[in-house]
Amino acid sequence: MSALLESLIELIRRSSAEIPDDVNEALVRSLESEKKGTIAESAMRIIERNIELAKRKSQPICQDTGSVIFYVTCPVDYDQLTFEEITREAVKEATRKGFLRQNSVDSITGKNDGTNLGLGSPTVHFHQHRSGETEVRLVLKGGGCENVGAQYSLPHEKLHANRDLDGCRRVILDAVLQAQGRGCGPGVLGVCIGGDRATGFEFSKQQFLRMLGDRNPDPTLDALEQDILKTANELGIGPMGFGGRTTLLGVKICAANRVPASYFVSVSYMCWAFRRQGIQLDAASRIARWLY
Amino acid sequence: MPPLESLVGFIEFRFPAFLAMHPLVAPFTAAKIRALNVGDEVFLTGTVFTGRDAVHKYLHEGGKLPPDINLRDGILYHCGPVTLKDEHGHWKVTAAGPTTSSREEPYQAQIIGDFGVRAVIGKGGMGERTLAACKEYGCVYLHAIGGAAQVLAECVKRVRSVHFMEEFGAPEAIWELEVEAFPAVVTMDSHGNSLHRDVLAHSQAELARRL
Repeated sequence: MSALLESLIELIRRSSAEIPDDVNEALVRSLESEKKGTIAESAMRIIERNIELAKRKSQPICQDTGSVIFYVTCPVDYDQLTFEEITREAVKEATRKGFLRQNSVDSITGKNDGTNLGLGSPTVHFHQHRSGETEVRLVLKGGGCENVGAQYSLPHEKLHANRDLDGCRRVILDAVLQAQGRGCGPGVLGVCIGGDRATGFEFSKQQFLRMLGDRNPDPTLDALEQDILKTANELGIGPMGFGGRTTLLGVKICAANRVPASYFVSVSYMCWAFRRQGIQLDAASRIARWLY
Repeated sequence: MPPLESLVGFIEFRFPAFLAMHPLVAPFTAAKIRALNVGDEVFLTGTVFTGRDAVHKYLHEGGKLPPDINLRDGILYHCGPVTLKDEHGHWKVTAAGPTTSSREEPYQAQIIGDFGVRAVIGKGGMGERTLAACKEYGCVYLHAIGGAAQVLAECVKRVRSVHFMEEFGAPEAIWELEVEAFPAVVTMDSHGNSLHRDVLAHSQAELARRL
């Protein structure tokens, strides 16, 4: 088995079975903040036990192992075609080993061939850079939280949302309200203001690669992130929508340019089972270090 | 009173049985189900049948169940488990949390009525039509913890059978599972109460004050 194949299977295994430290810390804080003796607290306790169990048994945290999305940062002369071939092999093998559910369905025939391979599964985004390092990040995004994502076109008359920051705030908070507990909260929002219908969602998902505790370098977006987080947690939706103090663990917002006619706000929701890991590869494609 | 405390207080007032622990053991009779109230935490022991999007659509369109599956007084679980065959050829469930139930809202009320289902397990809650069916036929909605696939898989003691594997694929198949002390919360009861409806109304009002 090639070193790259082995590294990628290990990346998939760990992504599926282990919550990254930054997210785990936020979940522990959330458990501590829930009122004792409530079903919200009980839900957080089960979540905590689940995280521990999945790690110990090296099995999926959640049975919906989600869309398999790779983000690869590589040198300019990197062989992307070979990488993609080996990635597909790694996904197939990880599925056979039970790190991934047989999760990819032909949209027309409804057939699931059990390999997790097909157009768009997995998805691999390549970004070249001038450094010699190769980094591979992986996000496994479950369907429950993907379904509560939303894209708003401003102005939005019903929500009184104009093409300004207050309008963005209104629609983002509407997305939180509409999601209730269905996205498996407490969750994390990734938001893109601007872009087109495709890039808006693409950039909103890339926000999940940020560390949960980081701060947005743009003071305007940073203020909006903090405001949405605080306000969402005052709504009382709580873990699983049971009512409670933690509705969101974090909010990450970016802005992309738009054409004058369009003003989209794209909101992606990540469940508490926030599966994201990354590796830096050495020259022999072995895992040099973990990124989260 | 700060808003969040008021919500917690509101739920405790509205649902005094809040966080009471209830073992719920087969057979699942109408009397046992009618005795449950929103906010009760149950630990379920008995047989459950998984069924999600493909199964609901199939039954809604008049599809027949295999003769050895009887949903009368049964429990339907919105779940697509991760399953592996062990070295002896026996199925083993390695991850088995709930999937989002609202997708089955167009079908659920009819299926509860037609098949005599006593409880639906899922996540995220369901709508008014399902709530009305719960009241009419004596059924409850049990909310399992979404994403808690390992804790819930540990409660699955045996896979008794699997049906529709070929047609629908493993996640969408009907898996007959023996569970023990499976934790869930009653969020919709047979008396017309829904925690989801109440939390939505409350959070809507709280948001309106902050816009």
